[in-house]
Amino acid sequence: MAEELKIRVNEQESIVAADRDTPLLYVLSNELGLQGPRFGCGLAQCGSCSVLLDGVEIRSCITPVGAVEGKSVTTLEGLPALYARQRNLANAPALHPLQRAMIDEQAPQCGYCYNGMIIKGFELLSQKPQPTEGAIREAMNGHLCRCGSYPRIMKAIQLASRIMAEERR
Amino acid sequence: MMTHMQPTLSRRNLLKGGALIVGFNIAGPLTSPMVGPLAAPAAAATPDPELLDSWIAVHADNTATVFMGKVELGQGTTTGMLQIAAEELDLAMSQVRAARVDTNVTPNQGPAVASLSIMDNGPQLRGAAAEARQALMQLAAVRLDASVDRLRVKDGVVTVEGDPGRAVSYGALIGDRQFNVKMTGKAPQKPISQYRLVTTRVPRVDIPDKVSGKYAYMQHVRLPGMLHGRVVRPRGQGAYGDSARIVSIDASSISGIAGSRVVRRGDFVGVVAEHEWDAVRAAEKLKVTWDVPPRLPAGRLFEAMRTSRTIDSVIVDTGDVPAALATAAHVASATYYGPYQSHAPFAPSCALADVGAGSALVMCSTQFPHGVRNMLAQTLGLSSDQVQVRYYEGAGVFGRACHDDCAIAAAVMSQAVGRPVRVQFMRWDELGWDNYGPAHLADVRGGVDAAGNMMAFVYEGWHHGWNTAETSQELALGGPVQPPVSGRARLVNKETLTAVYSMPNVRLINHHVPGLDGYLKGGNLRSPMDLSISFASEQTIDELAHAVRMDPVAFRRRNITDRRWLGVLDAVALAAGWVPRVTHAASSGARVVTGRGIALGTHIVSYGGAVADIEVDRESGEIRVKHLYGALDAGLVVNPALVENQIEGMLIQATSRALIEEVQFTNTNVTSLDWKTYPVLRFADHPQVTPIVVQRLDERSTGAGEEVMGAAVGAIANAFFDATGARMREYPMRPDRVRAALKA
Repeated sequence: MAEELKIRVNEQESIVAADRDTPLLYVLSNELGLQGPRFGCGLAQCGSCSVLLDGVEIRSCITPVGAVEGKSVTTLEGLPALYARQRNLANAPALHPLQRAMIDEQAPQCGYCYNGMIIKGFELLSQKPQPTEGAIREAMNGHLCRCGSYPRIMKAIQLASRIMAEERR
Repeated sequence: MMTHMQPTLSRRNLLKGGALIVGFNIAGPLTSPMVGPLAAPAAAATPDPELLDSWIAVHADNTATVFMGKVELGQGTTTGMLQIAAEELDLAMSQVRAARVDTNVTPNQGPAVASLSIMDNGPQLRGAAAEARQALMQLAAVRLDASVDRLRVKDGVVTVEGDPGRAVSYGALIGDRQFNVKMTGKAPQKPISQYRLVTTRVPRVDIPDKVSGKYAYMQHVRLPGMLHGRVVRPRGQGAYGDSARIVSIDASSISGIAGSRVVRRGDFVGVVAEHEWDAVRAAEKLKVTWDVPPRLPAGRLFEAMRTSRTIDSVIVDTGDVPAALATAAHVASATYYGPYQSHAPFAPSCALADVGAGSALVMCSTQFPHGVRNMLAQTLGLSSDQVQVRYYEGAGVFGRACHDDCAIAAAVMSQAVGRPVRVQFMRWDELGWDNYGPAHLADVRGGVDAAGNMMAFVYEGWHHGWNTAETSQELALGGPVQPPVSGRARLVNKETLTAVYSMPNVRLINHHVPGLDGYLKGGNLRSPMDLSISFASEQTIDELAHAVRMDPVAFRRRNITDRRWLGVLDAVALAAGWVPRVTHAASSGARVVTGRGIALGTHIVSYGGAVADIEVDRESGEIRVKHLYGALDAGLVVNPALVENQIEGMLIQATSRALIEEVQFTNTNVTSLDWKTYPVLRFADHPQVTPIVVQRLDERSTGAGEEVMGAAVGAIANAFFDATGARMREYPMRPDRVRAALKA
């Protein structure tokens, strides 16, 4: 049965009407109109629907909306602001350094998987600011790209790591 | 609750403000692109390609909108085409933008397939831009009172040579008014020596929005009052033609899901609901009994193909092949096998249809808006000009995946319920009801003389072709399905097989397998047939090189006369630092062995070459591709950065298809329905890639999205021989097949 749930997404409280077992993805897409998380498999196998839950990457296609009450969800749209909070910046940049690096590397082709790639890359860079190539391969392995842009995503994460190190100074 | 933009239905609206790439500036928290209802029956016919206004509109702010019929699939066509238009118009890239592709707004440039966009439609657009420039020059000559030959243009501002004070902008000359001229076909085009944009590395116009989350993918589009729909089919298709006949439907099985209902037309079944999750659950729960005849050749696919009643054609028969083989110093002979593979787009297809009494608006990710428009009209009982198809990009599909099937499904459901319906396929729908790249079987023989000259080459291939209709259409309309046909990239083609090497005695035979005799649906999957053909033929070439103890690069060089094939061979060998040697000179006892291989390939046009460095674990049978080099000569390359990105993607996808991808099926249905049962190459296993663009300013632009795939697969297979001394005759080169090959 649909009920009113209070969820916190990109630092905004929203009241949504949904069954508690509705996957979070459908609430984010259809009730909140967010474009970052998007359907890919519905089976937590591809990473298309990834969001951060209290800073940890999860698959919103299999996470019931009822399970995120009282927690903080961040989508692709909220990454620049989250970065600003992490760094105590006065203003959120237009894009997170990883998003800028993806542009610099001209990484995407169709770009549909880039929600998950950027969410997971953000989590990785938050935990390991200077990840090795092996660490990137391992961390990103749950995220598919069908166009074959893995090498450019690799370069973009490495570039973002350097940009973030410079911005810290 | 939601505000939404009205759709820009007519081209006149498009001319008003120039707000062309529909800017979804929506009030409130919603950022989804919202498209308004169909305001009135779409009266607009397809723009007439003979009229200049069908191609280019110049706005008062001195920018231009380009109307192109080819869709963006992530390959960068939009950027490349805008470069061509801006070049010819003497505008900056920041002054041009592309209109959304729409049957009623943009001209019909045919399907975005076979890497034809830049090759065939680039010149078409260049011609239109030259016409526009010519018309603008005539207007400027009058306005500035100067002869056309004294006019100069920079960034859309026309000046008079030697009198810089006299100037007028394109926008001031014609801003937001129509040219009202017919194409003359005679407008002068800029010589290549004066190019300032074409051949440069202009960044892709779509990437910033794709990484920010602002890009409007099809999956993001909504209409007010719409329902969510899902198709209901057996999990995984069976034999093409009779794999989904309804015996009974128990509608009460979803009575517990509020607002959900069944839509049935013929053997087409779907469900709709107000909420998406309810539609998903209803599709899952609806009890349908299907008649699923056990007609698929599980476990005996290649035997069935070989023994079927084929339609045979001799593609090439030159010289005296039997005599040449009889006198050859060495003959290499083997049978090769290639699997059914799926397009397997990262996201399943999505479409949104609003069908009224005498009109339909269908938004979808088709590769051919005008093609699906006709199928929609036929299915809906409308005329084609009553159907408007608007394109939104989805996830990359690499050929005819389910995007048109999904568009028709949405339209059938919308017509049935009288409301807009958004349909998104589930993962199992997309992988289970794809138009698969067909399986392939080949007998290959090659002969060489003692000096390393190719004497004879024989290739006989078996293959069923492509189905021509979409599943939703066939299910809804009923009646017999059309037999699959061989496409343009036919099974055995001389472009791929014998255009590369000079050989005096050649025989190519095509065995067309009847596709209705118990096979899966077939369709064009990126580089159709090329992977299977190159896997077989390039291993044969490599075997012959080894037989005469020649370096595989030197052997190929000896047997090639075409300067462009030689160019691409040398380019990839140079980039890879190829050291001449006989392959697999000595066996190693190590568990993990390394190898390097080279191969050439194409897709009808353009010239592709690849070098592969691989590791083989001889115990586990795992192949790890460490580094791939891919070179491509596609004539004049409009934007080398775009082609590099395509080459890299081809190398990675070819690795996936060479090592992993294979559609699985029982005798009743396909069983590879998710990323566990249809795995593709993952991040941890991707090779390093080095793309090499062979720029040829003196040659016309040709395809650049498929032509390195075959070479890459051939190079990996040849590297396997170099590493192990064994040959792989079947791909994907899975560990079990590798272990079997090493035991043999």
